[in-house]
Amino acid sequence: MSGVHAPGRPSLTAPPARTVRLWPTVGALLRKELLVELRTLESVPGMSLFAVTTFVVFHFALNRSSVEGDLAAGILWVTLLFAAILGVNRLFVADADQGGFDAFLLAPVERSAMFVAKALTLLAFLVVLELVAVPAFALLLLGAPLGRALPGLLATLALGDLGIAVIGTLVAAMAVQTRARDLFGPLLALPLFVPIVIGGARALSPLLVQAHAGGPAIRWLLTLGLYDLVFGLIAYALFDFLLED
Amino acid sequence: MAALELEGLARYYGEREALSGVSLSLAAGQTLVVFGPNGAGKTTLLRVLATLLRPHAGSVRVLDASLPRDAWAVRGRIGLLGHEPLLYRELTARENLRFHARLHGVGDERVRELLEALAMSARASEPLRTLSRGMVQRVAVARAVLHEPELLLLDEPHANLDPAAVELVAPLIGAGTDPTRPRTRVIISHDPSRGLAEADLVLGLRAGRAALLRAADEVASDEIAELYT
Repeated sequence: MSGVHAPGRPSLTAPPARTVRLWPTVGALLRKELLVELRTLESVPGMSLFAVTTFVVFHFALNRSSVEGDLAAGILWVTLLFAAILGVNRLFVADADQGGFDAFLLAPVERSAMFVAKALTLLAFLVVLELVAVPAFALLLLGAPLGRALPGLLATLALGDLGIAVIGTLVAAMAVQTRARDLFGPLLALPLFVPIVIGGARALSPLLVQAHAGGPAIRWLLTLGLYDLVFGLIAYALFDFLLED
Repeated sequence: MAALELEGLARYYGEREALSGVSLSLAAGQTLVVFGPNGAGKTTLLRVLATLLRPHAGSVRVLDASLPRDAWAVRGRIGLLGHEPLLYRELTARENLRFHARLHGVGDERVRELLEALAMSARASEPLRTLSRGMVQRVAVARAVLHEPELLLLDEPHANLDPAAVELVAPLIGAGTDPTRPRTRVIISHDPSRGLAEADLVLGLRAGRAALLRAADEVASDEIAELYT
């Protein structure tokens, strides 16, 4: 029984002898999340389609052949953010509707394992979304070539995704327990996502110009990293209480 | 030694009193059967004992742990079979059970054993949404007993099961035969004859209050029928 410490049957008076460690629990939850998504295709295809459709709308609405700089960075981040909200809204629905929360709460596991697994799931969804959305963005809207900007773009997206995953998981856990979860989730998430959009767009802006201006704005990358760290700690501290009655 | 000790347990949903002043003691290895009409508080009682709901008043001790303070101490020692199967519809029976096995630190061999015991091996690779309610209930029974819990909380465990399936699940959710590992059970039932046959102690709930609490051999079927009138 890997991942189990102090095995053996507990006596009637003893504390639980079996407690499954964090990472085996995270692994089991993550595997379950990915299996459910592969079977239902409820989140990632919807998120990706939304992003591509939005780029098409921008392409025609802006009535110009290409965008660059601040405008390009803003369009990319806002689109990714709204697409991410679709995934955030669905993140805990199967658990709430099919009793996954109760089953998890009955198990001798650390509550934070669910937070870590859900955040990693959302992160995986965002990576797949961006594998579709960024090439579509480059094709439909971007004037500048993406090649030299790629390392900086990846760094910016990684830090932004981390923040969205952490905050999105926290917000989704709160929203799913309310009756108006489809409304409450985005209303709570959007203000918390604003610093990510600002930091992400400012960091990305110098990369998305014709005369490629070097790397991303380091100051804004650091801001994104700090925001991720602060919310990561807040979410880790609060999550256990969100699952309890 | 008492496996369950309740003293003045109360639980509210907003202003509504779902349970009020419920007190009882149940020895380890014994079976408590709970009767009562819909809305009497039976499921709420089960969820409080399972540590899923906090008691709002009174004291609750489960397997010698005081709830809600020491809820952590009994997690993994309780098996809950409720109205909902607590299984994912898109996963197969085997995937569901393996998932729960990992949460409880139980090996895959136990999953295989249970699927065989419940005659579910042949359908174990099909998504749960394609199975009948009776089959899903069998898988839910397997999930509840996967980790060989000391306390089994069963809400109408035979719901949706045909007579053959009732026979299959009986040894898994029965009183247990190993005297060194007593299994305590709380069963919600609406069937007086079956319930009384299983019970050591009978609790009749009406509007959240204990209307009947007596040893099973002192309870007549018509007293249970009165709870529903």
